[in-house]
Amino acid sequence: MKRNPKTIYYIIIATAVAGFGGWTVFTQDWSAIFRADRINALVLISLFSAAVLLYTRWARQGKPLFLRKIPGLDAVEEAVGRATEMGRPVLFIPGIDELDQIETIAGVSILGRVARITAQYDTPLTVPVRYPLVLAASQEVVEQAYIEMGKRDAYDKDTVRYVAGEQFAFTATVNGYMMRERPATNIYMGAFFAESLLLAETGNAAGSIQIAGTARPEQLPFFIAACDYTLMGEELYAASAYLSHEPIMTGGLKGQDFIKILIAACIILGVLLVILGRGDTFISLFDAV
Amino acid sequence: MRTTAPVAIAFLSGIAMVLAFFFNEETTFVGRLSNELLNWLIIIGGFTLLLGVVSITRVNLAAVKRRKEGWGYKVLTLLAILAMSLPSVLSSSWSSLFGRSDGSIYDWLFINLQMPMMATMFATLAFYIASAAYRAFRARSSEATILLITATLVMLWRVPMGEAFLNLFPGDIPGLLNTYIMNGANLAVQRGIIIGAALGASAMSLRIILGIERTYMGKG
Repeated sequence: MKRNPKTIYYIIIATAVAGFGGWTVFTQDWSAIFRADRINALVLISLFSAAVLLYTRWARQGKPLFLRKIPGLDAVEEAVGRATEMGRPVLFIPGIDELDQIETIAGVSILGRVARITAQYDTPLTVPVRYPLVLAASQEVVEQAYIEMGKRDAYDKDTVRYVAGEQFAFTATVNGYMMRERPATNIYMGAFFAESLLLAETGNAAGSIQIAGTARPEQLPFFIAACDYTLMGEELYAASAYLSHEPIMTGGLKGQDFIKILIAACIILGVLLVILGRGDTFISLFDAV
Repeated sequence: MRTTAPVAIAFLSGIAMVLAFFFNEETTFVGRLSNELLNWLIIIGGFTLLLGVVSITRVNLAAVKRRKEGWGYKVLTLLAILAMSLPSVLSSSWSSLFGRSDGSIYDWLFINLQMPMMATMFATLAFYIASAAYRAFRARSSEATILLITATLVMLWRVPMGEAFLNLFPGDIPGLLNTYIMNGANLAVQRGIIIGAALGASAMSLRIILGIERTYMGKG
């Protein structure tokens, strides 16, 4: 059957209806329910989920999984240690986007790890946020980190603070904080936009060690130019798993790598088929809707 | 319970959103459910705004009480919060100065104070770019030198005067820059990062939906 979005699929369900003592036939226009034009995405998601679950299971069974070093994440503890020695605070910004963005969730996850280290060393931590939902989530994460490290009393409710809802008002406040308080370490993890360079350059001018991570390619050059370490794209999402050192978390990363190899193979195959003039059908398999 | 309930909610909501992508959002229950969940997100987000106001007021008020360095600015912040919020929540039927319509206090403050300040902050980006570019393009190594030459050519091509200058030379230099640098090397790297980031985001979403990743709740 051709994969044509206009094709109408019918399912005929024959049901015995006892009350009528006979067979009643219901017909259903399947195309009005299921998006058959997105079947390629379903196949990819199924493959991806299977790979992640398989590697997670292997990790659970104790099979050793190799993870390459991410210098930016290895530097986090060192950077917090530096702040402790200098007696200055650590500034952490979990991006400036809402909590429904996966980049922000990744940022909040990393915040939990950083908060454990600051709790362990009794280093002041400041987390300015732009959205109230991020405020609530970050407060919960930081408080939990302090509790787990046995430092409940050291937790200050204003560690995580709402600063401003406007992008540049937020930036101005954080830049002012950097120049006044001169935090020893600035960590930017999450979604950043035009303010990325304003923040990173100010932090650089303040002499802070800076570690950034974002999945937005258009902001990466700014962070690379102004920060000491930068996590690029997928490294941001891998960070919480990497820092946790938990095998079941790293299983997901290996599943991700497997799909990357599959995609690379598809790209090479597609290039070869296009060169041979037979790529149309193959390319149509990846049509996005 | 403190962990189980959020994980269960994340699982059910996540599954509903994934399924909704494959089902017609108007004719199916799961499609309507996903729209309903998104509406709830907006509603909850609106209520949490109060948390933000409480947080910013408490932090600034504490600084004023303790007379911390720069406490005068904190007073200004608190006054600004009151000046922007109070007239905007009062009914415009009482006075044309209230509400958020044209001619209101909120509108005047927004147009004459907030907008220029935002524009000023954005405009300063040019100076930050200059200082960052200076550091990034210093020819300290062969790679940095290649970056410097490439960036200079691309920047020249991107401004009309520079493009006219490049056209003085034989060969279609702007065309070559477009084909091999912007649509070649640059685009390939960007796509590589985007594919990696998309897979990373999907893997993290899957870990959250399945309850493997609980770090966003401070667990694990």
